[in-house]
Amino acid sequence: MAFVYILITCAGICLFAYILYRRLVPLFRAAPDQRVDRIGARIGKVLQIWLGQWRQPRYLLAGMIHIFIFAGFVLLGARSLQLILIGFWDGAALPGLGGQTGAAYNLVKDYAATWVFIACVIAAVRRGVFRPARYQAPPALGKDHLGEALLVPGLICALVVSESLFEASLQMAQARAGAAVSAPPLTLLWAGRALMGGLGLPVLQAVNSVSYFVHEVVFFFFLCFLPLGKHFHVLTSLFNVFFMRLHPGKVKPVRYGVDEDRLDDLPEFGVSKLEHFTWKHILDFYTCADCGRCSDRCPANRVKRPLSPRFFTIKARDRVYAKYPLWGKAMEARQALVGGIYGEDEIWSCTTCGACEQECPLGIEYIDKIVDLRRGLVDQGRVPQSLQKPLGALEKRGNPWGKSQRIRADWAKELADEFAVIVTSEKEPVDTLYFVGSVSSYDDRMQRIAQATARVLRHAGVEFGVLGKAESDSGHEVRRFGEESLFLALRDANTEAILNSGAARIVTADPHDYNALKNDYRGIPPVMHLSQLLSRKIVQNEFALERGEYTGKTVVYHDPCYLGRHNGLYDEPRRVIDAIPGLRRVEMVGNCRDRSFCCGGGGLALFYEPEEEQRIGVVRVGMAREAGAEVIVTACPFCLANIEDALKIAGLDQEMEVIDLMELVERHLPQGGQGRRDAKG
Amino acid sequence: MEILVCVKKVPDPAENEIVVSRDGSDIERDDLVYSVNEWDNYAVEEAIQLVEEHGGSVTVVSVGDEESDEIIRRELAMGADAGNLLDDEAFHYSDGRGVAAILAHAARRGSYDLILTGAQAEDAAAQVGGMLAAMLDVPYASLVVRVRVMDGKKLKIAREIDGGNLEINEIDLPCALSIQTGINEPRYVGIRGIRKTASVQVPVLGAAQLGVDPATVGEAGAKVRKLDYFVPEMGEGAEILQGSREEMADQLIARLKGRGVIQ
Repeated sequence: MAFVYILITCAGICLFAYILYRRLVPLFRAAPDQRVDRIGARIGKVLQIWLGQWRQPRYLLAGMIHIFIFAGFVLLGARSLQLILIGFWDGAALPGLGGQTGAAYNLVKDYAATWVFIACVIAAVRRGVFRPARYQAPPALGKDHLGEALLVPGLICALVVSESLFEASLQMAQARAGAAVSAPPLTLLWAGRALMGGLGLPVLQAVNSVSYFVHEVVFFFFLCFLPLGKHFHVLTSLFNVFFMRLHPGKVKPVRYGVDEDRLDDLPEFGVSKLEHFTWKHILDFYTCADCGRCSDRCPANRVKRPLSPRFFTIKARDRVYAKYPLWGKAMEARQALVGGIYGEDEIWSCTTCGACEQECPLGIEYIDKIVDLRRGLVDQGRVPQSLQKPLGALEKRGNPWGKSQRIRADWAKELADEFAVIVTSEKEPVDTLYFVGSVSSYDDRMQRIAQATARVLRHAGVEFGVLGKAESDSGHEVRRFGEESLFLALRDANTEAILNSGAARIVTADPHDYNALKNDYRGIPPVMHLSQLLSRKIVQNEFALERGEYTGKTVVYHDPCYLGRHNGLYDEPRRVIDAIPGLRRVEMVGNCRDRSFCCGGGGLALFYEPEEEQRIGVVRVGMAREAGAEVIVTACPFCLANIEDALKIAGLDQEMEVIDLMELVERHLPQGGQGRRDAKG
Repeated sequence: MEILVCVKKVPDPAENEIVVSRDGSDIERDDLVYSVNEWDNYAVEEAIQLVEEHGGSVTVVSVGDEESDEIIRRELAMGADAGNLLDDEAFHYSDGRGVAAILAHAARRGSYDLILTGAQAEDAAAQVGGMLAAMLDVPYASLVVRVRVMDGKKLKIAREIDGGNLEINEIDLPCALSIQTGINEPRYVGIRGIRKTASVQVPVLGAAQLGVDPATVGEAGAKVRKLDYFVPEMGEGAEILQGSREEMADQLIARLKGRGVIQ
């Protein structure tokens, strides 16, 4: 018999090695990536997200089922290895798993096998009978993977049942021979022994051999089946999580290893074919388990824009598999990625809110890929007409509306009676620079945020200045819409202006600008969002607010993506709101903090009009209404714009309102003149 | 197919607040930024697409000042094969006929199958295309929104007529067409594209090289002169409909029916 098992084992291992080799080829053909920095943080991610399954319970039932199966896999891996060895040497044990430890391990693995069995049955019933909507696939996007989703629990059940029967028949034979063996109660092993109670020795022998054989065959079949579909994650997840993106607010460089000043030498930008993706991005495609959490949280997908992060990945994986097949002729793609598997509208539909990445239990990323695909489109001139005007205006005027730079600080004229806003120059250096941003500088409505911010800063005793006509758009969306060269030009112009101002720190009320200055710029003074600055002053008792216009109202805070998910500022703005006496603050439970639902996107996203069933913002105000809020407070001018529009579209503008955090604070500043630290200002 | 596209540098109203100068003879130009005339951009895109499909080359020309080479470079970055700047002191302050005459001389230097202009310029009078065709004695169609090449000797074109309707024509090559916006989706040209053409020297052709008699063009030859610019008086305020959403919709429908806009 040993010969058969040697054959099965060798064939299984060889086939598996060949399949892995074929799967590795695209990784080596892909673009470079840098993923070995901050090893400590990466190990932390592995412990938390991979071993600790941290993100699983966010979808409670599916998550718990997964945790049980995952834990079972980790525990039973050693047993499977031991079983292979038993095929050659009777009673083989793995090093470290003999004697007392071995007995303890056996106890644990018997229970593990049992809970894996139960979990797999529940999983199969859930997928096969109840069929949660999350797993369904719109025909336009692809097929669901129901077959595989049922086959795999079946295979796993076959593994644990055959293992248990093998052990049960062995134990019963040993018991007849007088050995002291016991089956832990309520395990598969225990059930197996109970079932086979009256069987004779030859039958037990047969059960033992057959169950061993079944286990071996299923094991190697399963092993070689994994890299063929969505269960590849069983093998790749550890690596994918280790190599995952550690800097949420940042965007990958055009090409790793190519300095910015040599970008013009590159023959092409971004991704237009498969091999332009980095190897980590290809690994992402392999790793997707098709769980659909990304798409479930994706605002674009929710309003039926032609983008589903789940199928974004699966379509790419199908293409990798077609181009790099295990056997036979490669299918050479006739079309570029965009125009082939992706539509242009699909690629421009993403708001880069990051909800998909926050949710993925496997550390798959999307924003860098979307940005890279956009870079490819921009490089080929394939930019929607609606975005060409604002991009052209940004190039010439430094703002998307094409307004004159000379009127950039005109919002401050409104404050002329109260105080003068300093426009910095070498003659008038300031300690704190208020980076206003394009939308708050030029948009009639958003100028009120700039005015409120100036009043609040002054009240808080912060002496500040603005760049005036020297300020350009931060380029945050320019970069994320793929126009890297224009972004670099805007960044360089701003960097020079900021350094000329002599400021020691920068503050801003715009999360997009905050993220750009913090994560996209280099060599400038540290930057703070106003909510951070105020929160700090509140904690230190240097800043207090009074009852006022909104006293008694129920407010809900909407987390802007670039403040929350991308930069982890969840508590600071809430602390500022809570400093206003008499407000009742509620949460959009399940849709707040790192699960915040995007307002529809800022910057250039305001100019782009994708196909959609309804506005993203309308969905968001529905959530706020459900939470019972009368007032939505946000801390981003784009959120304000989108939500204000959405309230009107939803017909809710009579019963609800939206206000920026700075405006809310401004209306609750202590009356009776300026604040107590005003002497300085 | 050899295609000549005539382009112009204009202050883009989307990126400028146009203010009439105090004496009314011109607009304030201190704070203006310039771009390619929007219609011309569509014409260049159409030419590039025709060449991509049928072979040949695209040449762009512009009557302009020395700063106009920037827009020619932009069209080169877009995909045009060659560009010439037509600049001479004698050309300054040309009227429409003068510009057409300069362009006609440039067109005669090559043997072009097709000459495209924008239907109009953002700062001008939609007059050059037709005059240019007449001077070259080639057939002409204006406001073209679709071009198909037939057997290499003819084009099938669609012109936009009243109410967005199309008129389909056949036109013999060589010919001149003025291109209406919406005929295509012009490709985007970013800073990176323009930088790639930064080192290209755009040849400048003056009156002598073109064989233009300076007396017939420029201020000397102009028979149309600008007298005044003015901003129209603000009219009566708009009427704001009142009432609930449904009531406002009903009022609007009643008004539209009243004016015969809808049945």
